[in-house]
Amino acid sequence: MSQNLAVRTPPRPARPPVRKGSRRRRRETLRNLAFLSPWLLGTGLFFFYPLVSSAYYSFTHYDGFGSPTFDGLSNWRFVFSDYPFFWPALRNTLWLVVVMVTLRVIFGLGVGMLVIRLKRGANLFRTLYYAPYLAPPVASTLAFVFLLNPGTGPVNTILGKVGLPEPAWFNDPAWSKPALTLLALWGIGDLMVIFMASLLDVPKEQYEAAQLDGAGPFQQFRFVTLPHLRPILTFAAVTGVIATMQYYTEPLVAGQIASGQIGGSGQQTEPGYPDKSTLTLPQLVYHLGFQRFDIGAACVIALVLFALSMVFAALLMRRGGGFLGNDA
Amino acid sequence: MPARARPTLEWIALHALAIAAALFFALPFLFVILTALMSDQQALTRDLWPHQFVWHNLVDVWNTPGFSTWWRNTIIYAVAGTALTLLSSIPVAYALAHFRFRGRNLAMMVVIATMMLPPQVAVIPLYIVWARDLHLSGTLWPLILPLAFGDAYSIFLLRQFLLTIPREYIEAAKVDGCGDFRAMVRVVLPMARPGIAAAALFQFFYCWNDFFGPQIYTSENPGAWTLSYGLQSFRSAHHTNWNLTMAATLLVMAPVIVVFFLAQRAFIEGVTLTGVKG
Repeated sequence: MSQNLAVRTPPRPARPPVRKGSRRRRRETLRNLAFLSPWLLGTGLFFFYPLVSSAYYSFTHYDGFGSPTFDGLSNWRFVFSDYPFFWPALRNTLWLVVVMVTLRVIFGLGVGMLVIRLKRGANLFRTLYYAPYLAPPVASTLAFVFLLNPGTGPVNTILGKVGLPEPAWFNDPAWSKPALTLLALWGIGDLMVIFMASLLDVPKEQYEAAQLDGAGPFQQFRFVTLPHLRPILTFAAVTGVIATMQYYTEPLVAGQIASGQIGGSGQQTEPGYPDKSTLTLPQLVYHLGFQRFDIGAACVIALVLFALSMVFAALLMRRGGGFLGNDA
Repeated sequence: MPARARPTLEWIALHALAIAAALFFALPFLFVILTALMSDQQALTRDLWPHQFVWHNLVDVWNTPGFSTWWRNTIIYAVAGTALTLLSSIPVAYALAHFRFRGRNLAMMVVIATMMLPPQVAVIPLYIVWARDLHLSGTLWPLILPLAFGDAYSIFLLRQFLLTIPREYIEAAKVDGCGDFRAMVRVVLPMARPGIAAAALFQFFYCWNDFFGPQIYTSENPGAWTLSYGLQSFRSAHHTNWNLTMAATLLVMAPVIVVFFLAQRAFIEGVTLTGVKG
């Protein structure tokens, strides 16, 4: 983006010499505050306040009614050593990061490369590939629980007709995460679009030069395409990991619908059906805080989730820094 | 291999792949539609094609108690939420793109950090305030009101777009006697229309698709449920009626897909803008 040159922040000394406390300086500060005020208020109220109070609640015993009583580290001990759902949720997250994120990046890149090679009908295909990304998560999850229904679902019907084994998908702990992965691959539209955009940016001459040097399609991909895609691959990987930290609606709805449980607050059902295999950390915050009324322990999970997300966000800002346009 | 056969073979392979991918993306929609139009009994079998098309399923779903209320609530949430988001996020994005001040980079980092934060991280203290102190749980207010204070994702998206508008336009407007606010409203915003459209669409669909917010704040009052939350509990009333469940799913998906077809370019531009390197 060459336009960014115009707005790139110059090194400090280049600032216009405005004297401290001068009238112009004060007016500028007021103007900045005015423009930023919605966000300053919002971040304080909806980001910093909840973080600080979560930290406080995490050291208390609190059921959401009355007032919290100080409880030291007992919530932290409970979550890390006695709570049977914490480590499975973390392990599932690791599985999803390794398998689901990786496959999404590879598949998104593949589909992006496919679409830019199509001459006729590229628009139609692109639209078709992109549409599932927008489907409301609850709706698409319901659809996939139905499609992958072991008894009567269309997918197993077709697998049976061609003589392939029919997995129990959302009803089998070994197949529930692959089923969620399939759903995630279906919604690949966003990645396809950003890969398309950066694939189209690769200078054509480089492919021509590579061809003259006798490079085949694989070598061209390896030595021309991949180096160009590096920043965008980093971006896709790290945003994928962050999305996995937030992974909530799909596994929750899939687990509830597949198990025949009915949603609703205050219900004491075991989350993560089948056998904790669809459990993620955000689900634990909900389960502990809003179903078991254990605010202290829920806040511990929230803080763990916060710490993990910020580590990945920091990574994104450092490694994928270029995507921010300038500075930051 | 003869030189002339290769392009043809490549063409065939390419289109075979494209069609295979098209099936992967389109078949789930097709099966949802077909099942939505089956009779109750047939939906429990392994049939893939309806014996007869029961269009009435769609009417039945629409007439399910609550369904039209969820529809109305979703529209209120999405429309009011989008309007408030734009109103509050545009000035912030403008300041982050075009003003120079100390702490700007820090502010940008906080925006990105909040953008990446799972909503579950902050929800417990917030719920306590909304429910215990303000007595507003069971209404749409806790979903809509926070959007009047800027939304990190929209601020980020808009800022990325505003950065592409050359500074000279703003400086020219100021030379002509515009203040900062007037320069933004009169000169920059009209040029930023595609970016604003993208941000509006993303926010609209975020609200439309939001499940967690409505689950937390509205679950106690079915009169305040939105489509996402209502749809998930829909099945409780119709135990294994996959035909009606899929008909409901279809009705909830349809507006999203239709709007996408109408506003494709803005979407694609928005995705590219948030994803592409500088």
